[in-house]
Amino acid sequence: MTDASSANATVEAKPARFRNFCSDFARSPVAVLSLILIFVLLFVSFAAPLVSPQDPYDLAKLDWMDAFLRPGTIGSGGYTHILGTDNAGRDMLSAIFYGLRTSFVIGLSAGVLALAVGICLGLAAAYFGGRVEVLIMRVVDLQLSMPAILLALVLVAVLGQGVGQIILALVIAQYAYFARTTHGAATVERGKDYIEAARSTPLPTGRVLFRHLLPNVLPPLIVVATVQVASAIALEATLSFLGVGLPITEPSLGSLIANGFKYIHTDRYWLSIYPGVFLMVTVVAINLVGDQVRTVLDPRHNR
Amino acid sequence: MTKALDVKGLTTRFETRKGMVTAVNGVSFSVERGRIMGLVGESGSGKSVTGFSILGLIDEPGRITDGAVLVDGEDLRSLKPDALRKLRGSKVAMVFQDPMMTLNPVLRVGDQMAMAVRVHEKVSKNAAWEKARQALETVGIPAPAERLKAYPHQLSGGMRQRVAIATALLHRPAVIIADEPTTALDVSIQGQILAEVRRLADETGTAIVWVTHDLAVISSLADDICVMYAGRIVERGTAEAIISAPRHPYTVGLIGSVPSLHEPGTPLPQIPGSTPQLSNLPAGCPFRPRCPRASDICSSEPPSLETAGHFVSCHHPMEAS
Amino acid sequence: MSTPLLSVEGVHKRFTRKPGLVVQGIDRLTGRTSGYTVHALSDISLAVARGEVLGLVGESGCGKSTLGRIISGIYTPSDGEVSLDGKPVARDRGNNVDKLTTKVQMIHQDPFASLNPRMKVGETIAEGPRVHGFLKSGDARARVRALLEQVGLEGAYADRLPHQFSGGQRQRVAIARALAMEPELLVLDEAVASLDVSIQAQVLNLFMALRRELNLTAVFISHDLSVVRHVCDRVAIMYLGRIVELASAEALYAAPQHPYTKALFASIPTLGTGRAAFQPIKGEIPSPLNPPGGCAFHPRCPMAGPRCKVELPVLKPTLDNGSMVACHLNDGGTGAPEKAEAA
Repeated sequence: MTDASSANATVEAKPARFRNFCSDFARSPVAVLSLILIFVLLFVSFAAPLVSPQDPYDLAKLDWMDAFLRPGTIGSGGYTHILGTDNAGRDMLSAIFYGLRTSFVIGLSAGVLALAVGICLGLAAAYFGGRVEVLIMRVVDLQLSMPAILLALVLVAVLGQGVGQIILALVIAQYAYFARTTHGAATVERGKDYIEAARSTPLPTGRVLFRHLLPNVLPPLIVVATVQVASAIALEATLSFLGVGLPITEPSLGSLIANGFKYIHTDRYWLSIYPGVFLMVTVVAINLVGDQVRTVLDPRHNR
Repeated sequence: MTKALDVKGLTTRFETRKGMVTAVNGVSFSVERGRIMGLVGESGSGKSVTGFSILGLIDEPGRITDGAVLVDGEDLRSLKPDALRKLRGSKVAMVFQDPMMTLNPVLRVGDQMAMAVRVHEKVSKNAAWEKARQALETVGIPAPAERLKAYPHQLSGGMRQRVAIATALLHRPAVIIADEPTTALDVSIQGQILAEVRRLADETGTAIVWVTHDLAVISSLADDICVMYAGRIVERGTAEAIISAPRHPYTVGLIGSVPSLHEPGTPLPQIPGSTPQLSNLPAGCPFRPRCPRASDICSSEPPSLETAGHFVSCHHPMEAS
Repeated sequence: MSTPLLSVEGVHKRFTRKPGLVVQGIDRLTGRTSGYTVHALSDISLAVARGEVLGLVGESGCGKSTLGRIISGIYTPSDGEVSLDGKPVARDRGNNVDKLTTKVQMIHQDPFASLNPRMKVGETIAEGPRVHGFLKSGDARARVRALLEQVGLEGAYADRLPHQFSGGQRQRVAIARALAMEPELLVLDEAVASLDVSIQAQVLNLFMALRRELNLTAVFISHDLSVVRHVCDRVAIMYLGRIVELASAEALYAAPQHPYTKALFASIPTLGTGRAAFQPIKGEIPSPLNPPGGCAFHPRCPMAGPRCKVELPVLKPTLDNGSMVACHLNDGGTGAPEKAEAA
């Protein structure tokens, strides 16, 4: 009575599913380009000490005489400042690399932590229902009705400046998106038979939540995560631009933009524009990748 | 007399990641006015796709690549999209498994049906509404005037399906394709609708193609039956002939699987294996991997044999009685 | 007679939908009551003996799935008790239900939804026994292999994901998962309804073979009368939350007593009767939100009388073969419907 239809079972083991995901992703050349760009930016930002022509935060190396050099000028160090120098003689390209590193570190940390917090709250709300759900989701809804930047400003004012404080502020500002997405997806999944089957084995609640519910709720969360990381990067830059984020002594694209802002109407555009371009490109690239991931993961997508 | 529906060599293919899949492979059958043809098959048999193909409702990545679909002598495949659209709903109509595929949830039943009338006929709104009311009466809906004012969600599943059938009948089409319309309904409601459909076919002379996997339903409803497997018709004949003297091993197996024909508690004769993967069919007869009568010759295309209106495509058919 | 394995006594199940806080406040001010209560089950009592297969048959709104879930410990009854071997099956805990036994396992209807799509089937099967301590990690692989083979699948399939299997194969995996917990009672909730007819035969054969091998007890929920006749010893016919007839399969199919059962048999096409006209039951199935007064079937019953509109019939024995029927026509055997019975 053996069901000898092994030939008939769709042969799509796990490595093939990932391969399918990659080939689907690759259908958008824009997304592939963006992904490559992100990897390049990640590389240069984390390898900043190695690839930058100059360490812009080593005060000993800076030379007042190199200030405001136009892009393409050779400075006193003997190398070309591809993007020029700022008012203190810092090589813009190097400063941007270091700034990107900060952006990525803060953006990714805040994104991951907000994801973790949001998942726990969203799952708990969906699974336990009743008063727990009402309480959590009302707080989440309330928070979602406030602009993130406003919330972040208030929190930074309360917590003070510094990398840790900014990450905390961003997590608090952003966990709500994750909580809401998780709650929505979990509410749909929790009614499904396999969750009921798991509960009726019976399996302990924690196991049902993290081993059964969570893995099936992740796909929409991955999309939200990419967008939120981009958003965190932009938020941190905004805060630093406004002067309430990281101090000028810590590299940040936002503070670079702020620093060069007073010169924006003069001939010395390169102090503000180039950090701004890099920031924009980073955020847009992450969003484009997130868009394509969302399209690929959409169940209605043609397989 | 021209047949109401004459399908010749219909072939529909889909472009999938695994390559070209032939969902409907050279399907031919015909239905005369007032008769009910059952298209019977399991998953992957191509019965639903056949129904959609007859109406030309196949979208990318699928294409109807071959064959002719003659309704009252006119080949639907040779028509331009506009001309075909005019015929849909007036000459050929469809009833879907889910009545909500026919009914718009935000419009009242009467408004939708009146719209369906006026798409094909230039009549006033009141006249259209009256036609709709009559159609509802024809399918046995009590208090039809009230039902017209209702929204679909205010009606039960069985009622909605009857409205869908009434809508299909509005222009007295020559052919109605019904794709598993009662599968999702309770058995007692199914019984009601089956009785109505039989009566309607007799009264209006509409030819009906009833797609289903339920042998019991088809045996009590259809005049003729086509048994489909892996996109092909493997057997075709009158309902009595097919049920009482099936010739194709698959049909024999299918009928044998039905519990009501056996002593309770006894093991049911079963067809081994699973329903076929269309992307991975063997050469020759698609039923070969599961057939108790298969032999080497079955790796070549099975012949088409026809005796006294009973068609079977098999190298080793059961003996004709 | 030995004590039954499963005992369901006086079970009622109500689902109440309360309106939101704002509407509740308005209700309090205006004195209305919004929200509604669905009486999914009313006064259900039955017993299943060891080794017996009981069929639960009915259409939408009859409550058979709800009863199945109560027996499986997924819901608790609003009133009444469900015990397995004398011990309660489940208990309420806040908004959720605590199942107290591993000896009842359920097999769901939709094979495409009842397995975790992201877990290998071998892990799914082994999870329950591992968590409950009756399978050590070392023995897991062997046990999973053995179970897969027992349900007719190859042991090597343990490392596959559900989407790599067909519907029938997934149901076999679901059965293996249930058997892994070494249950005494299986609840099959329309377990073959979503399967193709030829696959249905395979799974039914598997079930019958396993039942003999393992001396399983089962509650088989289905709307398909011919399937139920084939695998069940006794059958309960349900209508709108109540049992209207309860009899051995043989007795029921030979001579149904309740008008609904009779009408059901007459309205369903069976293979082999040809184009014989079947008699559909008139009317719609009433909504459980708005059940008719008296006997719930009276609006559709060809033999309904005045008593049927006002008085609820009680499940009582009839004939002499252990069958039970809930119908006023059963009182005294041939009571004419128009006469009001003197008590």
